[in-house]
Amino acid sequence: MDREAIPSPLVQFAKLDTLIDLARANSLWPMTFGLACCAIEMMCTGGSRYDISRFGAEVFRPSPRQSDVMIVAGTVNKKLELAVKTLYDQMPEPKWVIAMGNCAISGGPFKLPCNYNVVEGTDLLFPVDVYIPGCPPRPEALLEGIMTLEEKITGTRRWPRVEAA
Amino acid sequence: MMANPIVHALVYLIGLMTFAGLNAAYLVWCERKGAARIQRRTGPCEVGWAGLLQPLADGLKLMTKQLLVPDGVDAALFRLAPVLAMLPGMVALAVIPFGAHLQALDMELSALFIFAFASLAMLCVLLGGWASGNKFAIISSARAVSQNLAYEIPMLLTLITIALISGSLNLREIALDQQGGLFQWNLFRLEGWHILTMWIAFIIFFICSIAETNRAPFDLAEAESELVAGYMTEYSSMGYGLFMMAEYINIVVGACLTTILFLGGWGCPFDVAPGWWWFGLKMYALIFTIIWVRWTYPRTQIYRLLNLSWKVMIPFSLINLLITAGLVKFL
Repeated sequence: MDREAIPSPLVQFAKLDTLIDLARANSLWPMTFGLACCAIEMMCTGGSRYDISRFGAEVFRPSPRQSDVMIVAGTVNKKLELAVKTLYDQMPEPKWVIAMGNCAISGGPFKLPCNYNVVEGTDLLFPVDVYIPGCPPRPEALLEGIMTLEEKITGTRRWPRVEAA
Repeated sequence: MMANPIVHALVYLIGLMTFAGLNAAYLVWCERKGAARIQRRTGPCEVGWAGLLQPLADGLKLMTKQLLVPDGVDAALFRLAPVLAMLPGMVALAVIPFGAHLQALDMELSALFIFAFASLAMLCVLLGGWASGNKFAIISSARAVSQNLAYEIPMLLTLITIALISGSLNLREIALDQQGGLFQWNLFRLEGWHILTMWIAFIIFFICSIAETNRAPFDLAEAESELVAGYMTEYSSMGYGLFMMAEYINIVVGACLTTILFLGGWGCPFDVAPGWWWFGLKMYALIFTIIWVRWTYPRTQIYRLLNLSWKVMIPFSLINLLITAGLVKFL
C-alpha cells in the first residue's frame, strides 16, 4: 500500500517527521466503540489468544478525544449515522478509520430492498483508511488491518506479507 | 553534602523531575505488562525489546496530537488544570527522604506538608472537570472530591498514630526512629507492643492511598462504563497525558509515604547495608501490589466506597488511635 497522501507542509522536518510517524504508528489507540457482531471479534483481538497489545494498540480509550483510530465494527443504521459522525468529528487530528466487516464497508447482508435503514458503507460518512472484509473478519484480519494502517502511516511494513500458497 | 545551596537545589530539582518523569512513563509500561501477564497475554512486545520503547512512542504521539480546546469550555482553566495536577506530586517528592542523606529538603512537619499538597491534587481534578463544561466530567469530579474527602480522614488519623509512636511529624525522624531491623519498623514494632495493632493502621493507610490516587477498585472518578473518561473526557493530547502522569506520580508518592511510615524507610529488615536501594525495593513492591490489586478486583460502587470510609475505616482508625495512645502512655 502507498504512503498516506498528505499535502506536504511548508516547513518540513525530514527525520523528525519519520520519527513522529513511527511513534504514531506504534501507538494507535482505538476507541471503545462497537456496533454489532464485529465488535465481538474486536474484543477477541484484545484477548489473550490474539493480543492486540503486542503492537501497543490495546489502549481502548473511552473518550474520542484521546483515541487515534476508530474501528467501525458493525452495521451503521440511519438512526446511528449522526452518532457515528459526531464521534468522528470529536476525535482530534491525526485520526484514522478502519471499516471492519462487510456492513461497515457496504451495508453487508443487511442491505436488502426491504431494509430502508442501512447506510451503505461508512465511507459515505467520513474518509476510511483501511477496509477489512469478512462477515465478521477473524481477529487475524483485524491485526492485519492494523498493520496495514501502520504501513500507511510509516510507509514500511512491520513484517513481510504472507502470500497465499 | 554540597556546599552551594543553589547547586544543591538544582541537582535535586533535575534529579527529582527525571525520577518523576521516568517513573510516570515506565510505570505505565509496568502496568500494561502486568495487566497482560495477569490476563495471560504477553503485553507490548513489538515496540523495542519487550516493548520498552512503548512509553516513548506513546509520549511522542500524545505530544504531537492536536490539543483540542472545544467550544464552551473555560479556556484558561482548561489549560491550567493538567499543569496544576502535576504540581502536588512533584512538590511532595522534594521532602521525601529516599536515604539517610538523600533528601532534597529536610523540614519539620514534612508529613503534614505532603498531605496539604495531596488535597490540592483533588482541587486540580475539580478544576479540570469544571472547566470542561461536560456533564460526565462534572459528575466525575464531584465523585473524586467526595472520595478524597472521605479517605483523607482515616489517612490522617493513622498518620497521628504514627506521630504518637515516633513523636515527630518529620518524615526523616520517623524513618530514623525505625532503623535497626524488622522489629523496629512501625508495622512490626515489638517495643511498646505496637505490633498488635499497627497492621490495622497499615491496611487502612494502604487502602486509603489507593483510594486517594483514584486507582481501581476505587477509580469511580473515571469509571468508563458510567462516565466515559471521567474528568479527562474533554482532554486530548498532553492535557490527558499530564493527568495520567500526575496519577502515576501520586502513586509513587503514596508508596514512598507508606514505606517511610510503616516499613522503616531506607532500613534493612536484617539491619545490614541500609540505603536507598532498600527504599526502592519496598516502594516498588508496594507499587507492584497496587497494580496487582487493580487488575484483580472489579470496580466498587460509589456509595459502597463512601460507606467503607465513613462506617468502617474511620471508626477503626479512631479505635486504633486510642489503643496506640494508651500503649504509648502506659507502657
